Amino acid sequence: MSKSESWGSRVGLILAMAGNAVGLGNFLRFPVQAVNNGGGAFIIPYLVCFLLMGIPLLWIEWSMGRFGGRSGNHSTPYILDTMHRSNFWKYFGVFGIFTNIGVAAYYCYIESWTMSYVYHSLIGTFQGMSQTGVADFFTSYVDIGKSTTGIPYEAVVFYILCLVLNTFILSRGLQGVEKAAKIGMPLLIGFGVFLAYRGLTLGTSGASAEVPGASAWDGLNFLWTPQFDSLTNPKVWLAAAGQIFFTLSVGMGTIHCYAAYVRSKDDIALNAVSAGFMNEFVEVVLGSLIVIPIAAGYLGLDWVKENAGFGMAFQTMPFLFDKWGPILGVMAGVMWFGLLFFAGITSSLAMGTPWMGFMRDEFGWGRMKGAWSFGAIVLLLGLPTVIFFQHGVFDEYDYWAGTVSLVVFAMAEVILFSWIFGMDRGWKELNEGADIRVPHIYRFIIKYITPVMLIAVFLGALLTPVGNEWTAAFSSLFNGDGWSLDNGSIIRQIANTGLREQIAAAQGTPELAALKDRLFYTNMARGILLTAFLGLASLVYLSGVRRLKNQRPV
Amino acid sequence: MNTMAMALMVSIQLLVTGMAVYFFYKVLTVKPKPEPDSYTDNDPV
Repeated sequence: MSKSESWGSRVGLILAMAGNAVGLGNFLRFPVQAVNNGGGAFIIPYLVCFLLMGIPLLWIEWSMGRFGGRSGNHSTPYILDTMHRSNFWKYFGVFGIFTNIGVAAYYCYIESWTMSYVYHSLIGTFQGMSQTGVADFFTSYVDIGKSTTGIPYEAVVFYILCLVLNTFILSRGLQGVEKAAKIGMPLLIGFGVFLAYRGLTLGTSGASAEVPGASAWDGLNFLWTPQFDSLTNPKVWLAAAGQIFFTLSVGMGTIHCYAAYVRSKDDIALNAVSAGFMNEFVEVVLGSLIVIPIAAGYLGLDWVKENAGFGMAFQTMPFLFDKWGPILGVMAGVMWFGLLFFAGITSSLAMGTPWMGFMRDEFGWGRMKGAWSFGAIVLLLGLPTVIFFQHGVFDEYDYWAGTVSLVVFAMAEVILFSWIFGMDRGWKELNEGADIRVPHIYRFIIKYITPVMLIAVFLGALLTPVGNEWTAAFSSLFNGDGWSLDNGSIIRQIANTGLREQIAAAQGTPELAALKDRLFYTNMARGILLTAFLGLASLVYLSGVRRLKNQRPV
Repeated sequence: MNTMAMALMVSIQLLVTGMAVYFFYKVLTVKPKPEPDSYTDNDPV
């Protein structure tokens, strides 16, 4: 990015921030979390967590970014260092670049699926295909040895195309990112409103001889009927906190980077809530009215209960859209995958900016060099997720870079902001130039409630009990029977306990070989991510040496 | 759709939409800060 890098307009900045937050999870993760955690009652802890954790985290990250930007820092290693001079925080800030590169590596792959599916919707690939046919199409697509278009290594080609597009936009600097958000966000909302309208008005018109009782209303009932007993279940609260956390793209370092280009006298408090609520509109209003009601409207509620998940986007929706006739079906397919594409690209563009900001600040790299080097690193890290997708490399990246790193970074930054940088300075920073009066209660919430909630989310992931059954786990603990960890807990994930148990129980050579392969690729993925983290930490070290030489604050 | 689910859906969606529109409207209508500000589109040519 050039020296004169800046945002074109305030609306552009807010749309870019909202675009950063709005992702595929708004349409796919949120409704699934809701149906699995008490239906309508889930929305209550969800909104409470938004007010007590989401909004405070947005304010904290905007404030940290603008504060660091004042000293010419646009990435988290030196933003954190500016707030409290110490090597610990400087190197901890590496998470704010690492996470973005790690997530972009596999996120661009999903983005490339949406790009490819727009193309396939347009040329009518899914027309007349059975439900199994559409599901099998996806399996063929991610098997790089097969091709659905005749293009050899099609998945790789689309991945590289998607990455080149991201890199090209990034090479235009913040103005390029802003322009993409100004085009992408209104289109995303427009497509979303159209599909949500269809979901809301589908009713029982999708019932067929195979599923005579199918009704979109059943899907909405299932999603919105409150089961108040779930409010006392810690699992539901942890799920709600987790959803708020991931939907707002906090703990990544992108918000810091965007906010670092805002001057001290300009508002951040109103900008943060505006972008935050825009994301909530897309998630709660549009996200709840598309996948679940449309799927229930054609396939019935029982099918939705059994199959609700991420795969529905690619393995089910094209089949359902085809029922709307040749023209509307194609339009719906283009809108659905177009919507997911815009949701994806506005997020992946944000992931490039911390790296570019860091390389410009520390090594004087321009936009072109910064953007294309980002593209090259992401390609290097991302190709294993494409080529070894079915061996679990993708899932491993998602878990460590896209889940654990975020929680760890957010927990630490809240403690830094509230307790080390200090609430007095933090509050002053947030309110400087503010166009709204931040309620005073948030001073207390940011200092006490948000850190406790984040520590709970982290401990919840670290020590997840068997079956995620917290009530039973606490009873067991208080009865003196100890705490049994789930294989999904961070501790057990590190040790690969689940996989090792599967290997021990495997019967037959092919199954055993497949599991051993998976273990190998899992460890390989971790090795790649660790190397990337250490590489970035080395760059931070080199930048420190350069700063000493140039007599800049280290 | 049952009444409870309908009531919850409509009230939550209206609340979230209302808040999103309110804050965005505030952004659009608030008086801009004097130059130099953070944004280049409104800079004098």
